[in-house]
Amino acid sequence: MKIPSLLLYAALAACLGSCSQQLVRVKPYERGNLAKPVMTNDRAPLLQAMTEHAYFSREASFGGGGVGGGGCGCN
Amino acid sequence: MKSILTCLAFACSTLLLPAASAPAVGQALPKLADLLPGAKLPATAGKVVLVDFWASWCAPCEASFACMGRLHEKYAAKGFVIIGIGVDDEAANYQTFAAKQKPAFTLVHDVSHKAAAFFNPPTMPSSYLVDRKGTIRFIHKGFKRATTEPEYIKEVEALLAE
Repeated sequence: MKIPSLLLYAALAACLGSCSQQLVRVKPYERGNLAKPVMTNDRAPLLQAMTEHAYFSREASFGGGGVGGGGCGCN
Repeated sequence: MKSILTCLAFACSTLLLPAASAPAVGQALPKLADLLPGAKLPATAGKVVLVDFWASWCAPCEASFACMGRLHEKYAAKGFVIIGIGVDDEAANYQTFAAKQKPAFTLVHDVSHKAAAFFNPPTMPSSYLVDRKGTIRFIHKGFKRATTEPEYIKEVEALLAE
């Protein structure tokens, strides 16, 4: 590999590596909207319980949403 | 080829420039009046100051208010000042929270997030304890009921005794 190519790859790597620091991130003091109750996963406990029950029933042979296993009863 | 390398080197050099640093321990507290234009701030010259960043949507911030109320009650007469800087986007949320808490210490609303952008608090709440000379001596990230209040008491008493 020629030196200019090496330099090119090194520069590219440095450039890409430093990109992650430049990403726009929401600052801690700007998280008011993210903290709203509507942003939570479990804002409807009844709906979540029904969904989990349906999932457990459908995937019972794999242990549902809880324990793992192949349905042999050995876990 | 040479021009591409030059461009890439320049791009990398600009990307690697350090970002403006937030106030740290040992640095002087900036003039809050400049960061909070129009806010009614208490006199802080020669006093131990706790600058606390809070928001109405932040549960630990709410928990910290009772602690700060006790600190204010105990040490205000000895030269201790608390300034709570609210960073809510909506003024109504700020006012509702302030009306609910009714703290004895000063609250100000950082409407434009100018102070928050300058301090860049690493988490909510974050507080900066400043000595009588105006130097930031301690920075608290977050509020933990069991540990933060004893730390505040120890630090405030030490700074008041200086």
